[in-house]
Amino acid sequence: MNIIVCIKQVPNTTDVKINPETNTLIRDGVESIINPFDTYALEEGIRLKERFGGKVTVVTMGPPQAEIALREAVSLGADDVILVSDRRFAGSDTWATSYTLSQAIKKIGEYDIIICGKQASDGDTAQVGPGISTHLEIPQVTYVKKIEQIDSGKAIVERMTEEGYEIIETPLPVLLTVVKEINSPRLPSLKGKMKSKKCEIIKWNADDISASLNDIGLDGSPTRVVKIFTPPQKCGGEMLTGEPDEIADKLSDIFKKAIVG
Amino acid sequence: MMNYLFTEEQQMIKELCRQIAVEKIKPVAAEYDEKEMFPWDIVKVLADADIFGIYIDQKYGGMGGGILEMAIATEELSWGCGGIALAFAATGLGTFPIILFGNEAQKEKYLSMVAKGTVAAFCLTEAEAGSDAGGIKTTAIKDGDHYILNGTKQWITNGGEADIYTVVAMTNKSKGARGASAFIVEKGTPGLSFSKKEKKLGIRGSSTTEVIFEDCKIHKDQLLDKEGMGFIVAMKTFDNSRPGVAAQAVGIAQRAVDEALAYTHTRHQFGKPVSSFQGVQFMLADMATQVEAARGLVYNAAKMVDAGEKDIAGVSAMCKLFASDVAMKVTTDAVQLFGGYGYMREYPVEKLMRDAKITQIYEGTNQIQRSVIAANMIKSLAKSK
Repeated sequence: MNIIVCIKQVPNTTDVKINPETNTLIRDGVESIINPFDTYALEEGIRLKERFGGKVTVVTMGPPQAEIALREAVSLGADDVILVSDRRFAGSDTWATSYTLSQAIKKIGEYDIIICGKQASDGDTAQVGPGISTHLEIPQVTYVKKIEQIDSGKAIVERMTEEGYEIIETPLPVLLTVVKEINSPRLPSLKGKMKSKKCEIIKWNADDISASLNDIGLDGSPTRVVKIFTPPQKCGGEMLTGEPDEIADKLSDIFKKAIVG
Repeated sequence: MMNYLFTEEQQMIKELCRQIAVEKIKPVAAEYDEKEMFPWDIVKVLADADIFGIYIDQKYGGMGGGILEMAIATEELSWGCGGIALAFAATGLGTFPIILFGNEAQKEKYLSMVAKGTVAAFCLTEAEAGSDAGGIKTTAIKDGDHYILNGTKQWITNGGEADIYTVVAMTNKSKGARGASAFIVEKGTPGLSFSKKEKKLGIRGSSTTEVIFEDCKIHKDQLLDKEGMGFIVAMKTFDNSRPGVAAQAVGIAQRAVDEALAYTHTRHQFGKPVSSFQGVQFMLADMATQVEAARGLVYNAAKMVDAGEKDIAGVSAMCKLFASDVAMKVTTDAVQLFGGYGYMREYPVEKLMRDAKITQIYEGTNQIQRSVIAANMIKSLAKSK
């Protein structure tokens, strides 16, 4: 089974500080880690390999230092690691990022399953995984908490919802985004760590993945970040008490005031 | 913090073992201590992380490291819990006889098992034979192609849980210490059984039992080296394993320093942290300095063993003696610095003090270590004349 796992290198949010003037992250001196949600994706990929054989290819798009995240993936059991990196990717939004990753995945070629974390801890959009499946025109199941079975070209998975979970059958290849309930990621092994020091990192730029230059980076990004701010905290509501008739009257008064002004 | 100029591989071992100690061992240490359970889930974590193979030759699936690598791992794991770390460290004690004296077939079979995470135990001590190994009463009587073992070993770490037991027994009682021989006995061999677990002061996350041989029949291929080598097997094993006990002591002691520093920094009295008082500062400084000195001694002794130096009995004994005395002192000081809280089981330092005590006792009491050191001093004086 050919398994592809997409990961992102993010700042370790446990020690992130915000510049109060610009409202942006202070990245200097902040340790970079594999996005915590992606560690569950990687663990699930490695477990599938252990169950069914095959190999795990890990892809990340990012600056050259994202190589560290890929080496960590090798120490945990990844076979091949690919860094998709090019200055021309700078400023990519989730659409351009998912396009870029899908082009890299097309270049990898054969795959049965693509696994992503449900979202990244820095952007929190949860859009890149579904975006990749859209670009590749393959099915997607988000918020997967269990892979029940995979055989004869299909998978049965459990998808977490707010109330419970859904059981979904999907043909392969499929893209899954996973939640932390799916597994408990392993620690690296010494042999894995040694291998990670020596392993070759495959590096691809925009040309290598035949990316259309209109679809990558800032130019290829239809969305713009206009402003970043902390939303005001929701304040406590007002409880209306009394007999139902009284409450209805009070409520109607409030509405009238709000509408009429 | 002192820089010991580790190789990349040694640094990797240190970091990974600390990660395991922080993430996997520390959170469960109090529970294992309270319930006196053997840490099988941690053994699996260590096996999956290749830690069991650190000091085993690559030929048998290990990492090819030596005593220094083993000491680094033991120290870090013991920082998490001195008892849980013993599943790993005492396996080393049970495995050294095979590393040092096993033939190719024995190494191939048993070292490969240990590298994958099989737990081992060393069986020397008896009710009337501890440091005086010549007093061993367990016998191994030759019977054709077999030996028949009879007797009871006492206070065996990893007893009942281990799958591999290296055992010292008398093949010729009339020769005293020179009549002892060492054997490998596998769990499941008819005639091999275990008593219930001992209830201990500390290291309660490890198993300590009697190992009982009743007409336990093993093939002569299970003999290590040749008959009469048992005492030498035991002594050489201890020369190699003492830096491990010392490293366990350093790990426990370092944890005590770390806990004491963190606590005295947050504990306020008279409107300021107690770590701002000179009396407390001097204690912290002495504790940290003693631990660092112990660590330096342990690493250097380990390096000497790895380099194949011949006269290692003295330095090996010195590092065990010094590190374990330091561990007892700084853990006691840590309890003192925590005040009344330190005496409570809800806080981690009383356990450190209980765990530290054994390091002054086992693998030769510190009194025996002093005898070994002095004997070596006198021997070298005689040589120089």
